[in-house]
Amino acid sequence: MSETDVKTSYQDRKERVLKGGQEKYHEKNKEAGKLFVRDRLQLLFDQGLQAEDGLFANVMAGDLPADGVVTGIGKINGQRVCVMANDSTVKAGSWGKRTVEKIIRIQETAEKLRCPLIYLVDSAGARITDQIEMFPGRRGAGRIFYNQVKLSGKIPQICLLFGPSAAGGAYIPAFCDVVVMVEGNASMYLGSPRMAEMVIGEKVTLEQMGGAKMHCSVSGCGDVLVNTEEEAIEYAKKYLTYFPGNYTERPARTAPQPPADFEKTIEEIIPKNQNAPFDMYQLIDRLIDKESFCEVKKLFAAELITGFGRIEGQPVGIIANQPRVKGGVLFHDSADKAAKFISLCDAFHIPLLFLADVPGFMIGTNVERAGIIRHGAKMIFAMSEATVPKMTVIVRKAYGAGLYAMAGPAFEPDCCLALPTAQIAVMGPEAAVNAVYANKIAALPEEDRPKFIQEKREEYKEDIDIYRLASELIIDDVVEPDRLREELAARLDVYMSKYMIFTDRKHGVNPV
Amino acid sequence: MAKIQASMAGNVWKVLVKEGEEVKTGQDVVILESMKMEIPITAQADGKVQKIYVNEGDFVNEADDLIEVE
Repeated sequence: MSETDVKTSYQDRKERVLKGGQEKYHEKNKEAGKLFVRDRLQLLFDQGLQAEDGLFANVMAGDLPADGVVTGIGKINGQRVCVMANDSTVKAGSWGKRTVEKIIRIQETAEKLRCPLIYLVDSAGARITDQIEMFPGRRGAGRIFYNQVKLSGKIPQICLLFGPSAAGGAYIPAFCDVVVMVEGNASMYLGSPRMAEMVIGEKVTLEQMGGAKMHCSVSGCGDVLVNTEEEAIEYAKKYLTYFPGNYTERPARTAPQPPADFEKTIEEIIPKNQNAPFDMYQLIDRLIDKESFCEVKKLFAAELITGFGRIEGQPVGIIANQPRVKGGVLFHDSADKAAKFISLCDAFHIPLLFLADVPGFMIGTNVERAGIIRHGAKMIFAMSEATVPKMTVIVRKAYGAGLYAMAGPAFEPDCCLALPTAQIAVMGPEAAVNAVYANKIAALPEEDRPKFIQEKREEYKEDIDIYRLASELIIDDVVEPDRLREELAARLDVYMSKYMIFTDRKHGVNPV
Repeated sequence: MAKIQASMAGNVWKVLVKEGEEVKTGQDVVILESMKMEIPITAQADGKVQKIYVNEGDFVNEADDLIEVE
């Protein structure tokens, strides 16, 4: 081969690979609002990939450019990040032997470089024709999940789901810290609707069974629902700003910003009536730097809000009861949601802020059958184990095990603060008076009952008065509502040097 | 046609709309009382109230129909 031929051959091959699969598949993706994998990477990274490996993977096959996956390293917001991105124009992004090897290698690279790994998933799953090479062995697809588990808590792992993640492939998102799903295109399922019909006789659509909306609002397998791929990429970029590159580093503090402007003060938005709903987002917005909220699982178990924010530039993970939804009562799903979020923040040194306004855990047959005790235990387990700075604010009330789950005094928060109108008790005054005096009330003539009940409720309220709790050192301080942000900022600053090892053991036995 | 359902188990405390009334997305239509809390139930779409399935004081379970909106 002459020198010119060598060059032409190289350029031809490279160009062909960089174009991905056949034109008809590019057209099909375009119609569905899907970007070409290399365009996705261009949007995601500051200046595209700085290094790419395995570009010529399976080049001898001729029609499998890069073997359907792009792997490489680049910078996002100036921070080094590894990526694996399926190319759905190449055999629908399915996995062959080299596809799997490339994914495993970029995981190993991310581990060595100790930087975040993003998975851009858009794949039909395994190539059944290649199964012996890619499925069962030591470096088969199982290794991808093994590595994900090993990397969990070591480096941030993010999944942007742009298309299907089918069968085994559905476990890539499952082992990531956060999963962003594009409505209409993203899906997760173990067996397709066609398989469901053949094997169990169920007739169902893909959207109903494993669509983005379902997973982000019902199953909880998805964390963030977005309309477009661009939005998904924007979310990932913002999300990464709250995280260090790996567990040995700390999240970066940014320039402090004031909170957004509001007409009403904190004191004005919190109802005096313990039983009335209010919107917890309004409190969060008054405590954090403006536009710094980055929510996780907004549509799932909305009675508990979880998300990242900044206070004077310092990232925090917020866990807040939402009285506007289901009274802010904790359910099995909200406890499960909190457990994962707390564990995520703790792994990467993101301090926790608990905003408690909770009537307790839900009771009744439905939730007992759903295992609310087991799920509640998960939340309490994760919260207890967390060794990052933990700040608890009793906003209006914390009753029963709700106090425990929201990092109450016994769970070693660095501080447990309360607003002046807050109440802490085994149960609220109405329920307590009924529980204690039920027989006595029944024995009274009907006309005397309201007066008696009212008196006992007042006595009870005095008994659980917040200054009494402060006097007994149960809470660490009473804070005026409109000074709360200032107080939290000052405390966050002093808690940053906290160093704590929870206990000495191999590991706990998680109640999962 | 959309059915508005109970978000959790509890008692129907107040029904805030009447049959034939127009409702807007996000408007509170029923308030449940559960766990000593007021639980507002909101309309998920604009429309006209066709039928009210519950009376004040009724016990409802999660996902029970409360109101039908056309």
